[in-house]
Amino acid sequence: MKFLRNYIDKIKPNFEEGGKLHAFRSLFDGFETFLFVPNDTAKSGVNIHDAIDSKRIMSLVVIALLPAMLVGMYNIGYQNALAAGVVETTTWFSMFLYGLLVMLPKIAVSYIVGLGIEFTVAQWKNEEIHEGFLVSGILIPMIVPVGCPLWILALATAFAVIFAKEVFGGTGMNIVNVALIARAFIFFAYPSVISGDSVWVATESIFGIGANVDGYTCATALQHLANGPEAIGASGAALTTCDMLWGLMPGSIGETSVIAIALGAVLLLWTGVASWKTMFSVFVGGIAMSLLFQYTMPENPIAQVPFWQHLILGGFCFGAVFMATDPVTSARTEVGKYIYGFGIGAMAILIRVLNPGYPEGMMLAILLMNVTTPFIDYCVVQSNVNARAKRLTKKN
Amino acid sequence: MGLFSKKNKEALNTPLFKENPVTVQVLGICSALAVTSKLEPAIVMGLSVTIIVAMANVIISLIRNTIPMRIRIIIQLVVVAALVTLVSEILKAFAYDVSVQLSVYIGLIITNCILMGRLEAFAMANKPWPSFLDGIGNGLGYAMILVVVAIFREFFGSGALLGIQIIPQCAYDAGYLNNGMMLMTPAAFILIACIVWYQRAKDKSLQEK
Repeated sequence: MKFLRNYIDKIKPNFEEGGKLHAFRSLFDGFETFLFVPNDTAKSGVNIHDAIDSKRIMSLVVIALLPAMLVGMYNIGYQNALAAGVVETTTWFSMFLYGLLVMLPKIAVSYIVGLGIEFTVAQWKNEEIHEGFLVSGILIPMIVPVGCPLWILALATAFAVIFAKEVFGGTGMNIVNVALIARAFIFFAYPSVISGDSVWVATESIFGIGANVDGYTCATALQHLANGPEAIGASGAALTTCDMLWGLMPGSIGETSVIAIALGAVLLLWTGVASWKTMFSVFVGGIAMSLLFQYTMPENPIAQVPFWQHLILGGFCFGAVFMATDPVTSARTEVGKYIYGFGIGAMAILIRVLNPGYPEGMMLAILLMNVTTPFIDYCVVQSNVNARAKRLTKKN
Repeated sequence: MGLFSKKNKEALNTPLFKENPVTVQVLGICSALAVTSKLEPAIVMGLSVTIIVAMANVIISLIRNTIPMRIRIIIQLVVVAALVTLVSEILKAFAYDVSVQLSVYIGLIITNCILMGRLEAFAMANKPWPSFLDGIGNGLGYAMILVVVAIFREFFGSGALLGIQIIPQCAYDAGYLNNGMMLMTPAAFILIACIVWYQRAKDKSLQEK
């Protein structure tokens, strides 16, 4: 650590005003503050700083995402082996390696495009580099199917960073979740790479690892359930509850494993980065809505899915833990968090059940509630103001 | 006063850029979203609006001194409605396919804010020739934005321009896909916003304090 600090101090003058690498000032600044907490102090007035700054919070979220990503990588290889029918003869390590090779280019593309835009904007506007893309950059490759081409991923990332974030004023000013806008962009612009039944399982071998499977198709569990009584996995057999919990089923890369997501959720809740109120009420909303449909729509197959299965399938858990709790786009008031969370859970199930075109509703539900948060907060604050005003007039 | 005196030129020029009806005054957005998914209907729509604004401006300007102030809106409406019906019939007779694509939007030119705005703000107070130029300027300013938006939407949405395939088949074979969002109306919103962004970045006087 000492060595790194010394090295950074040594090269620092190059990036300052007049230095030969001044053009890369924001890049250097971004990495320096990423590695070490800046020890600047406020020059005037009374200020209270939190012990950790936003770069440290972002790093925590990335760590919380790691279990889901690792299981996701393993699952890519596992699904590939299942599709080829060679699960017994493939070691878990080569499955993981295959997933890693599929996943790495996606992560690289997302970070290069997103950070490239962020650095350019920071340099151009002469601002400090924003750290917000640390999390978005890892979220974007985790919420797309494995079959999503890299150029579409790059385009979606660029679109989301520019139109969902920079035009609103950068990190912390966006009104909707940046990673979900990237997904929504793919969803509406290139529906064939994010829905249907041919993009959820990787079918090409890379450097001789993994199996080539021609013309293989398998839909996600939710798509199967929307049309019939049971969810079928990549091998052609029905999915067991155990598969659903471990996440060994076709789906977007990071969203399948409930257990890995739960590990991340524990870290986020324990460190207080995510709000338990939001998370809890998303699940309450989901349960309430699916129970309602179960008793009111007996002929609709997706409405008859038991409520606990609704929660562990698709992107419900991933959205509830990592997307809904985003502190920038979720409600700020404490009561508002309950309403916001409940709205997401209820809306997600509503879209799943009532819209036959969209087997998954979590993305749209979160985006929809994101734009209503200012209104929720306004109502909560106003109702408090009204209650106090009433109390005051009663006293007099 | 010459036919193209400084003032007349201004009547023609300012609505093209500095006072553009779509990007600066934010009028006529509804039809700009609806008819721009292909280039051909966008051009026809732009030309129709240009002709109707210019003609309506001239007619209202000619009779402006005889119109009673209290019922001027209804008179303007009658003039516009007559012109729109004329254009609509001509399109049906000579360009049936396009008129089917434009469906109700030709008829809805009657409610286009650009028309009533120009009649109220300009034709009621100016002579016929400047009014004609003002109408042409506003119509072309509107048509210009429509055409730019439509070029982007048709090129990226269908890989074609004016119905002629531009992006070759080999690109599709290599994995290229048309952007489906470009064919939906939200894309027009984003593109118009980009044009507004570009214009304000270029012209500092348009920026709000």
